[in-house]
Amino acid sequence: MPEIKVTPLGAGQDVGRSCILVSFGGKNIMLDCGMHMGFNDDRRFPDFSYITQNGRLTDHFHLDHCGALPYMSEMVGYDGPIYMTHPTKAICPILLEDFRKITVDKKGETNFFTSQMIKDCMKKVVPLNLHQTVQVDDELEIKAYYAGHVLGAAMVQLKVGSESVVYTGDYNMTPDRHLGAAWIDKCRPDILISESTYATTIRDSKRCRERDFLKKVHETVERGGKVLIPVFALGRAQELCILLETFWERMNLKAPIYFSTGLTEKANHYYKLFITWTNQKIRKTFVQRNMFEFKHIKPFDRSYADNPGPMVVFATPGMLHAGQSLQIFKKWAGHEKNMVIMPGYCVQGTIGHKILNGQRKLELEGRSTLEVKLQVEYMSFSAHADAKGIMQLIRMAEPRNVLLVHGEAAKMEFLKGKIEQEFSINCFMPANGETATVTTNPSVPVDISLNLLKREMSLGGTLPDPKKPRTMHGTLIMKENSLRLVSPEQALKELGLSEHQLRFTCRVQLQDPHSDADTLRRIYTHLKSVLKGYTTQHLPDSMSVMVESIVVKVSSSAEDPNTKVLLLSWSYQDEDLGSFLSTLLKKGLPSGLC
Amino acid sequence: MAAHLKKRVYEEFSKVVQIPPEEVPVKKLRLSKPSKSAALHIDLCKASCSTDALQYLLQFARKAVEAESVEGVIRILLEHYYKETDNSVRLKIVSLLGLLSKTKGFSPDCIVDDAINALTTEKSHQVLAQLMDTLLVIGSQLPDNLLVRQRLIDMACKARLSRSRDVQSVISDYFGDQEPRVRTAAIKAMLQLHERGMNINQIIYDQLYPESIVPIPSSNEEVRLVDDSFGKISHMISDGSWMVRVQAAKTLGSMLQVSHYFLEQTLDKKLMSDLRRKRTAHERAKELYASGEFSSGRKWADDAPKERLDTNAVNLIASGACGAFVHGLEDEMYEVRIAAVEALSLLAQSSPSFAEKCLDFLVDMFNDEIEEVRLQSIHVLREISKNIILREDQLDTVLAVLEDSSRDIREALHELLCYTNVSTKECVQLALLELLKNLNKYPTDRNSVWKCLKFLGSRHPTLVLPLVPELLSTHPYFDTPEPDMDDPAYIAVLVLVFNAATSCPTMSSLFSDHTFRHYAYLRDSLSHLLAGRGGGRVVELVDSAAGPGSVESAQVFLQDSLNRVNTIHSLEAPGSQDLLDFTIRLGELQTELAGAADFCATYLRCQLLLMKALQERLWNMAVPLCLKQNAMATAAARQILEETYKLEFVYSGLESRQVATVHHIRLQARALQLVLTARARKGQFLPELPHFQETFVGKLLELIPRLSSCKTVELIKILQSTLRQSSMLPLTLPQQLHRATATIIEPTGESDHPLKFTTGLVVALDIDATLEHVQDPQTRVLYPDGQAHVITPKPGDFRKPGPGRHRLITQVYLSHSAWTDPGHVEVRLLLAYSSSTPSKTGWADSTDSLPPPEAAIEGTIPFSKSVKVLIMPKPARR
Repeated sequence: MPEIKVTPLGAGQDVGRSCILVSFGGKNIMLDCGMHMGFNDDRRFPDFSYITQNGRLTDHFHLDHCGALPYMSEMVGYDGPIYMTHPTKAICPILLEDFRKITVDKKGETNFFTSQMIKDCMKKVVPLNLHQTVQVDDELEIKAYYAGHVLGAAMVQLKVGSESVVYTGDYNMTPDRHLGAAWIDKCRPDILISESTYATTIRDSKRCRERDFLKKVHETVERGGKVLIPVFALGRAQELCILLETFWERMNLKAPIYFSTGLTEKANHYYKLFITWTNQKIRKTFVQRNMFEFKHIKPFDRSYADNPGPMVVFATPGMLHAGQSLQIFKKWAGHEKNMVIMPGYCVQGTIGHKILNGQRKLELEGRSTLEVKLQVEYMSFSAHADAKGIMQLIRMAEPRNVLLVHGEAAKMEFLKGKIEQEFSINCFMPANGETATVTTNPSVPVDISLNLLKREMSLGGTLPDPKKPRTMHGTLIMKENSLRLVSPEQALKELGLSEHQLRFTCRVQLQDPHSDADTLRRIYTHLKSVLKGYTTQHLPDSMSVMVESIVVKVSSSAEDPNTKVLLLSWSYQDEDLGSFLSTLLKKGLPSGLC
Repeated sequence: MAAHLKKRVYEEFSKVVQIPPEEVPVKKLRLSKPSKSAALHIDLCKASCSTDALQYLLQFARKAVEAESVEGVIRILLEHYYKETDNSVRLKIVSLLGLLSKTKGFSPDCIVDDAINALTTEKSHQVLAQLMDTLLVIGSQLPDNLLVRQRLIDMACKARLSRSRDVQSVISDYFGDQEPRVRTAAIKAMLQLHERGMNINQIIYDQLYPESIVPIPSSNEEVRLVDDSFGKISHMISDGSWMVRVQAAKTLGSMLQVSHYFLEQTLDKKLMSDLRRKRTAHERAKELYASGEFSSGRKWADDAPKERLDTNAVNLIASGACGAFVHGLEDEMYEVRIAAVEALSLLAQSSPSFAEKCLDFLVDMFNDEIEEVRLQSIHVLREISKNIILREDQLDTVLAVLEDSSRDIREALHELLCYTNVSTKECVQLALLELLKNLNKYPTDRNSVWKCLKFLGSRHPTLVLPLVPELLSTHPYFDTPEPDMDDPAYIAVLVLVFNAATSCPTMSSLFSDHTFRHYAYLRDSLSHLLAGRGGGRVVELVDSAAGPGSVESAQVFLQDSLNRVNTIHSLEAPGSQDLLDFTIRLGELQTELAGAADFCATYLRCQLLLMKALQERLWNMAVPLCLKQNAMATAAARQILEETYKLEFVYSGLESRQVATVHHIRLQARALQLVLTARARKGQFLPELPHFQETFVGKLLELIPRLSSCKTVELIKILQSTLRQSSMLPLTLPQQLHRATATIIEPTGESDHPLKFTTGLVVALDIDATLEHVQDPQTRVLYPDGQAHVITPKPGDFRKPGPGRHRLITQVYLSHSAWTDPGHVEVRLLLAYSSSTPSKTGWADSTDSLPPPEAAIEGTIPFSKSVKVLIMPKPARR
């Protein structure tokens, strides 16, 4: 049986360093090539030790999906094509370069890729459009679907023959202020590899969260307080910016909004460019005004933090563990009029995590403590699909099997149960390095010769009924990767073989007091009355009866003249009729026969 | 006589019904049997086998049967019918019955019973069909016997229904056909059957939607069909295609009989416990223990998986269908969101508890990124607001939208606040504060805010009462300074308080003296805001001064004054002038009557003008001496003509009576014109006559045959005398009369900054106007050099915020050759009327002919104040 094998090298029951190896139909494909943010040694990259592959895909620009790309292509030495969507290809190198700078220049690591390597790696990238089918080679084709999540995020469908695999990457089923919802057609893949970050959560209405967020910001600003929103440079930052920008515009608010400079500014350029990847509203209105050209949001300068009066600041990084956001936080933490809004996930150990857990006194390096008086709010603006969204995608695609990656094991287990219960399909959740195998039942296309088909039709009479399978005789020729079904004669001719006749013979003993000739006549009349649709011939010369091509001969046995021995002989093709005749004759002749 | 006949008919009928055919004595048959039937009887008895009988019957059918013997023949036939076993013979007999009953002079009602009887016992389908046919013939032979017909129709219905099962199963066999067109046709056929009132089997329903099994699989639970389909359709709201989603949302809105469990489930993405049945009490207890199996993601770190529920739990609704409206409202496509909002509105109107629940979601939609969606959700909230009382926090969110910079949104919200009920006095105060803030921020909203406060006050008098001292800043001991009456905010507060006071008499005791004075002032200046009636010292106070306080009495008063005017008859101009003034004034006080009063006033003014023109002595003077008078009369005639066009087209709701009156006065004006012209230039007049007001002369010629014979000079004389003798037509008021009005909101005309543009190019001027009771207005741009352009706005530029009201938001394109200084262009709205030539559009035709500035463009009536805009075309740079 053909099989599809899926081996996560990263992200198996784990979040980070996404890297999944899929092999089916004789192809090996690597999906994503990410790195782990939590580790600083070799563990941050997936284990590439056993890879021979045909192509690889990166679905979006987050480092946990593309961070190890130059490492693999340049340092490990992969030399095949790499596929990315256009926005990903544009933004990815910026992030990689930034990442490289931090690790090499600041931390002084040596065994790391260089900027030249990033450039070389990007040269191997083949860009991909939405819903465009790209032939990687003769058999493997890939197709990208819109995934929401971040700009340029895509789901990919891999297809070899009739077998197919869909890898979702990270996706979002709830549209937000700048991106649409993920969408896929009913492609019925053999395996759907889905992320499961929020396997146990069903979020309530997003509108409600947005309203809360705006209300909190608005209230704080009206009170004259300052709002700090720690964000990562790309993704949520843009969504929240648009949200605040439109709100400010609608409400005619005057308080300044600042955005920390650097990476974000560069990335905003790309957001302006790739309008087709955004949601309906932005796509429709960009002719009048590009939503990413912010009117109220200005670049931040370090000195602004001490300005009096209300303001809103977006600062990186998102977990308050270092950099600008931490500096601002330290300045503003002491005043209860201020507020910090954490829009996303915080890793354990960061200040963000601590204050979210309600810690009010923080120890900083240098033994000083910081009293946290400002309000701390958590708002989940994460762009991953929730459990409902995952179920919705499964319903949309109708896969035969589901495979969960990119999530915590315990939560996956829960979702797995739900999926199996609701859809009654198999669900897998392999750990890193573990292989999940799915056997498939692909339909094999076969060419059938027209003559054979016509002959079969004349035999079968009516048109074929798609619901009932029908058997037919023919010869299957497998030659040079092609399958053909032809009539036996043609096959013989083509292969240059001579035909072998196969005949069955059978003796039936019969008690009949008549002479041989009479018995033969009696058999003839009997058979003629029973087999009405067939041609039955009486050949008294050769003491035989012919039914179609079946020969029945009569001879009396030597000892007892009353015991007649019938000799039946038929060819392989007439097997059905022959065996019927033999059973018929074994029952003897009816007595009323004249 | 007729009654007698009728009685006889009934008697006969009842007799027939009561005699069952079996009891008909054979003897009677013989008695009434003439020769022909006897022959037939003998023939049939002779017939040994069925073919013979059939043969006889066929022969018999060829002969004519006379009316008196028909009954006997029928008896014999029926007798044979009951005896006969062969289907074909029975069939023939029945068809013969049908034929016979067509015989003239024979009343077939005696066969009805037999035929119906036969129908119940008959087995053969062919004979049944023939019986039906025969009954049809009989029924059509008895057009006046309603009872029999009714009975026949009932029979037919029953017969059809008893067989309908077969039809259904035949059709349902094709649901599984491999050809999609066949399946579609089968389902359509089923739908048609259903629309004819046939109940479709539940088994077939299952077959139609194989994935839907109404009894829940793996359990004995059942749900109502409508609930089940509701669940199914909820599912579709997460479909891949947005068109399906729009349709699904709309369909959900149309299913009003759904039980409230299912309705509420649409607002929660997690499966609620109501729609989940547990097998044992143990499990139910467990469910209480871990009620939310999915976390909401709203709190930090609450997403640890909780204990799993028993998988045996049965869901009454597929979990995918949960939160259909949550999905619909946050859909990517705004079409879906709008459809979802509309569906919410429909469902909420039929279910108050659902209205309560969906409130939060609707309020959330106020934050939508697309303005249409925001607007729609505000409208929807207004529609359902009679079902709900806003809590303080909800009101807070609603009021936050008052700061929206879009005027549409704010106005919609004001409308909404007009209809909302709030629960506490804090809410009223909050609303007032926010509205005042709004007033401060957007002073143009003045009228809308005042109107909003008017309703807020009259809806919550008891909640306003405790706030009064604070609102009016009165003090128990000290006199407080009198607030400024020009302050819109103070007026707003007063509007709120006075409207509350109309239904809360105790309130007026809290007022200080100046408040009463202010009331009198407001009552006069902003009467539409204080239209409440009765109650309290305040109202009485003013009533004495301003006259009738209520709509009805004002109506009566208006009619009275009209009557008085009618009795005056001509000549007493000063008296009518007073009355006229009064009528107009009345209109200002009573908005509901403004249209009518204005109409009357205009009409009266026309009459006055006409009288003035006719009463003068000038008619007796020699022509050269009265040039001045003549000019006056000409002007009057022209003015009357203009006014009559206004009367006819500016007011909507005119009845044909009024139109005729208006036409009459126009006719008079035309006549006046004709006479004047004739007098002024006697020589030139005659050749011009054919061109001059053809229609009028034509009409006159038709009306007065005598005129056609006489000469033109005579004609003029006759006209002159008839005109002078003519009296005023009394005017009756129509029920609903509205005057078309328009106000240009934008541009305001106050800006000193000229709109600069390069010569030869085009500049777009944004126009924002409110129109009331108008069909198709046009905009006119008048340049300082006298050029005028008429521009017809696109239909898409009109929005409809309320009945009879339109909002025009359009762009007017201006262009001109270079000027040295900025200059004003005038923009105003015109009303085109249909009796004239098609109105001109675009520039091309109106620029070349330079009409004089104040002459109205043919066929249009200016009906808004003109707004001046400063523009400055600069010479193009080379």
